[in-house]
Amino acid sequence: MTTTTYDGHAEEKNYLNAKPGIWSWLTTLDHKRIGVMYLISILFAFFLGGMLALLVRTELLTPGKTIVDADTYNQLFTLHGAIMIFLFIIPGIPAAIGNFVLPLMLGAKDVAFPRLNLLSWYLWITGAVFAIVSMVVGAVDTGWTFYTPYSTQTSTQVINMTMGVFILGFSSIFTGLNFVVTIHKLRPAGMTWWRMPLMLWGLYATAIIQVLATPVLGITLLLLVAERALGVGIFDPSLGGDPLLYQHFFWFYSHPAVYIMILPAMGVISELISVHSRKTIFGYHAIALSSVAIAAFSFIVWGHHMFTAMSPMGNMIFSALTFSVSIPSAVKTFNWLATLYRGHIRLNAPMLYALAFIFLFGIGGLTGLFLGALATDIHLHDTYFIVAHFHYVMFGGTVIAFLGGIHHWWPKMFGRMYNENLARIACLLIFLGFNFTFFTQFILGTMGMPRRYYDYIDTFATLHQFSTMGSYIMAVGFFLTAGYLIHSLVAGERAVENPWGAATLEWRTASPPIEHNFHETPDANYPYDYSVNRYNPETGNYDYIGPSRVDDHGHAVGFHGAESTT
Amino acid sequence: MNLVFDLIAQLALMGVAQTANKTFYMPPQASASAAHVDWLFDLILWISVFFFVLIVILMVMFIVKYRVKDPNAEGPRIYHNTPLEITWTAIPLAIVVVIFWLGFKGYMDLAVPPANAYEIQVTGQKWKWLFTYPNGYVDEILHVPSDRPVTLVMTSTDVIHAMYIPAFRAKTDVMPGRYTKIWFDATEPGTYPLFCAEYCGTGHSAMITEVLVHGPGEFETWMDEAANWIATMAPEEAGLKLYSMLGCQQCHSTTGAAGIGPTWAGLFGSERKMKDGSTIVADENYIRQSILEPQAEIVAGFDPVMPTFQGRIKDDGIAALIAYMKSLQ
Repeated sequence: MTTTTYDGHAEEKNYLNAKPGIWSWLTTLDHKRIGVMYLISILFAFFLGGMLALLVRTELLTPGKTIVDADTYNQLFTLHGAIMIFLFIIPGIPAAIGNFVLPLMLGAKDVAFPRLNLLSWYLWITGAVFAIVSMVVGAVDTGWTFYTPYSTQTSTQVINMTMGVFILGFSSIFTGLNFVVTIHKLRPAGMTWWRMPLMLWGLYATAIIQVLATPVLGITLLLLVAERALGVGIFDPSLGGDPLLYQHFFWFYSHPAVYIMILPAMGVISELISVHSRKTIFGYHAIALSSVAIAAFSFIVWGHHMFTAMSPMGNMIFSALTFSVSIPSAVKTFNWLATLYRGHIRLNAPMLYALAFIFLFGIGGLTGLFLGALATDIHLHDTYFIVAHFHYVMFGGTVIAFLGGIHHWWPKMFGRMYNENLARIACLLIFLGFNFTFFTQFILGTMGMPRRYYDYIDTFATLHQFSTMGSYIMAVGFFLTAGYLIHSLVAGERAVENPWGAATLEWRTASPPIEHNFHETPDANYPYDYSVNRYNPETGNYDYIGPSRVDDHGHAVGFHGAESTT
Repeated sequence: MNLVFDLIAQLALMGVAQTANKTFYMPPQASASAAHVDWLFDLILWISVFFFVLIVILMVMFIVKYRVKDPNAEGPRIYHNTPLEITWTAIPLAIVVVIFWLGFKGYMDLAVPPANAYEIQVTGQKWKWLFTYPNGYVDEILHVPSDRPVTLVMTSTDVIHAMYIPAFRAKTDVMPGRYTKIWFDATEPGTYPLFCAEYCGTGHSAMITEVLVHGPGEFETWMDEAANWIATMAPEEAGLKLYSMLGCQQCHSTTGAAGIGPTWAGLFGSERKMKDGSTIVADENYIRQSILEPQAEIVAGFDPVMPTFQGRIKDDGIAALIAYMKSLQ
């Protein structure tokens, strides 16, 4: 593959073709290549998890047996959850998109520890092998939460699976550590903390949680293995343990983990909304600080997963703390909305995904209010209302933002444009299918349908059928997406350096970038000053002209303009 | 296409069928607390609808009004607006404080049982519920009076389960090695589903039974009849029910398969070889002794692990079990 820069200059090698051969990929220290390898790996996991989800939904099409028996169904939903959470959503945005984008956004040549970066990918692969081996030799049936004492008593491959998750945890810790150090040490001249793109604030907040919370999961899983393999009584009451203790340990990681999943998504959305409405982000400080606030609050709300098992005192405290998370989330949503106001909005695929995010995350967030309030949670706990709520946040939020980010950075990653119209159609299909699938589940939940049920009473049949139909519509949307993205790699129009007119630094190098990212380290501007670029109708590129203009109020803008925010 | 129309028709029908409920999305309100929970649910629902509609309307308005025309145009540099930001932080904060408080108040009503409540012991096990009444009677369906509050004192014999009665808006985890409580004041006589809500394995979704709420005064009548249930059934059938109720099946098979204890198939009347070398014919007296004093005689090849059923089973029950064993020849 040879490339030409957008203005027809001499061909220059990019990171994709700089070194040939599969070995050069497997031993690469280039963050961009590692990002692409992560992308391919997690998309494989996403495909696997998605197929399992379709099997689960198909089984639920009718009461009683539809295609599989109860034990197989229990394994299907367990593997769907475990694969989607540990192999796809947690590494999704940070390790795939983040790895590619973070050093570029900093104007840096690479992350702080390139070897550690490669190691974390190999750890991911090792963890994934454990997980998939456990599928082949006797799938786990505990649910992705591995609750004791069920998980210490079941005959399935719990040790294999938890060892996989344990190793994946280290992969996640290393990525987080790498990002924290990179952001602290490798920011370029001119990029103060308050001039970092909000994507980086999102990744930074995420990395802090990864480093602080993941070790607790690792320890918990080791204790679980110790109980299962050696009979050490920690969680199982028949050995003198406490089953609720496991849930406390598990959620002390896994609640912050849902913010590992959503915070980078919020970072992506902040970039997408601002760039594609060509308007500076509204409330930069509020968005940046709310990411940090969410990261901090995420550590003190885990108890709400046990409202049906804890003392009233514990419940009262955790209910109050839980509501604290809703405020920074609401603030972000209002800021994105205010950014759209008087913007110049482009309704392309990345923007459509960003708007879909606001819609779906809005529902996901608001339904959290029913679950934070104790009296209503007691009825809704462990029902389909929960299933719907977390899919609205994790899928409607994180996966939609991931798709938006992929479409936004695709030209930069691979130097090719995708078919815009097909992308819009696919976005619409996924959006509609998603709402069909999961909105019905809110109603199933309020009606009293418990989650993780293989069979159900006839009252729930119609809504279950609606939900399954929705999942098929979504599947069509995803296959369409896979189709046009793969097509773009071979036959897509070549991408220019900066097709969106974005002002963050990754758009100041070729698409795809050269191996060492930049010929010269770029100066950092205020990342949402769109006057630094001028559209070139001949090439379709936004040429960089530098910050030299004066805004409506006579203030200098761009590099110095960021300070004059009053 | 036909399938879709079919589904819509079914949904419409469901709406009609459930007009007995207050809303199409909530189960019937069959306890004193249900109306309060639903009131709070609806309050949060309308607050959420208001904010969601506000967000979507603004979003759509902005998309329609502010479309890109000139690729070089840039929106006005509105970096922030302090009064606006304080407003949209303070209002949601005030709202969630109120929601928290209402949720907590409602929960305290659900969590604290009244002192005069009628107590029923509950055992959750894979994959059924056993309800033990104060007089020792055990049933797999929960019968409750509608004229007094009821407390369930619950424990599990294996993994974690959760007691969930949607019509009462009540749910509590049922754990091995400890007791948890749930209480309700059933108001509407009728039959309602009762689920296990905490995943417990293969039969999780089959761990369903019913709550039968008796009309005023009818509970006592039912209780008197139920206490004598052995007398109303054929002895072998009563024996089969006891076999399952008392948990005999956990150790003794009826198929000849080996277990923790000897199988019951072909046991009655056979000659048993004991640990001390003696032999005993398994007659009525031997069976009775094995149930009440299981450690007295141990069959060769088995460990003395059976608990005594002294006080848990009466003579008519023993007779029923013997009749059941005789039927397993």
